[in-house]
Amino acid sequence: MSTDVTAEGGHGAVPTGPEVPVEPRAAVSRRDWPLYEVFVRGKRGLNHVHVGSLHAPDDEMAVHAARDVFTRRNEGVSIWVVKAADITASSPDEKDPMFAPSGDKVYRHPTFYEIPENVPHM
Amino acid sequence: MSAPTLERPAPDETALQQQFDATIAADHRIEPRDWMPEGYRKTLIRQVAQHAHSEIIGMQPEGDWLLAAPSLRRKAILLAKVQDEAGHGLYLYSAAETLGADRADLTDKLIEGRQKYSSIFNYPTLTYADVGVIGWLVDGAAICNQVPLCRSSYGPYARAMIRVCKEESFHQRQGYELLMTMMRGTPEQRAMVQDAVDRWWWPSLMMFGPPDDDSPNSAQSMAWGIKRHSNDELRQRFVDMTVPQAEFLGVTLPDPELSLDPETGHHRFGAIDWDEFKRVISGHGPKNAERIARRRAARDDNAWVTEAATTYAAKHAEAVA
Repeated sequence: MSTDVTAEGGHGAVPTGPEVPVEPRAAVSRRDWPLYEVFVRGKRGLNHVHVGSLHAPDDEMAVHAARDVFTRRNEGVSIWVVKAADITASSPDEKDPMFAPSGDKVYRHPTFYEIPENVPHM
Repeated sequence: MSAPTLERPAPDETALQQQFDATIAADHRIEPRDWMPEGYRKTLIRQVAQHAHSEIIGMQPEGDWLLAAPSLRRKAILLAKVQDEAGHGLYLYSAAETLGADRADLTDKLIEGRQKYSSIFNYPTLTYADVGVIGWLVDGAAICNQVPLCRSSYGPYARAMIRVCKEESFHQRQGYELLMTMMRGTPEQRAMVQDAVDRWWWPSLMMFGPPDDDSPNSAQSMAWGIKRHSNDELRQRFVDMTVPQAEFLGVTLPDPELSLDPETGHHRFGAIDWDEFKRVISGHGPKNAERIARRRAARDDNAWVTEAATTYAAKHAEAVA
């Protein structure tokens, strides 16, 4: 076969060779809707969990769109949306300096302490 | 002398590559802001984008039957199914966007024919039985492809696939139930089902892609954990699953060479017409032009809605400020 074709992607084999462009071009007349990240509370008693993202013109439309995209089968009782641009995240290349300090503090875990088996309710 | 800054020197690429390789080797997930090789990122965008496009274009063949479904029950089911396909497309565009793609731009690339969608959707849905056969065979084949992708090495893609697979099961079952109902009907209805099976069987087998010895990219994709099983492996699994379902339904799969190999326990099947596959994928299928024309019309004819929403949002933001 002259071009690379992959069957991955569910509904079947599609050309995915290097001739298929991937980089976005400069916007010409495209809508300029912000990207929202969507969080859904599955049921009462659970935390909101990130489920994906969508574009919407404003906050209210983002909630409506999130309902249609992410809760068609009772997957949620509450939705949060937040503009992706408003999220501050730790940087992946800080991985070590950021999280290493908790790595060597084994005494913060209950399993660090040896208690005889016959001590009840421990 | 310049002022001191908080910027650190760029981490060395070899170390980043090693970290990436270690994550893949440990079967952990790569997440959006991790460093990744350009080839990995681009391959994923191509794969996720074509998958998203397939879901969106996939709304059309069945959408053609929305107004002609024979009962309110069937109409409600079909509407829910077509709406799911839209949802699947959106989950996947969302995943593609975490890789630096732009959703609207991906749609433009689809409409311009620079990115493709699955060839299966370039075949027409001639009768209502096609709706059932698409659910049974096309979505059945899609499930074979998609279940392993729930373990894809790229986190957002794997998570999107988990949602998709949950919903895909409804698609397959509603299709099979529809066919069972028709098979209990009149001889004409049974003939319609058999005719639809005859037309969709081979294109469904083509969905798994060219044979392994003609899949140049597979090895790299397997190494990256983007692909989990070879095309031929998945195709064989699909055939083995489908044969007993066809027997139960009472239809004949249109392949005289189809037979169970008692030694391997797998079904042997006839040669696939890869020339047809190439023709359809390169734009010469029965419906290629119509599918894209309709997607283009959906973008262009509805542009006023997106513009109105944008204008409203801007005015509202001004009023608040």
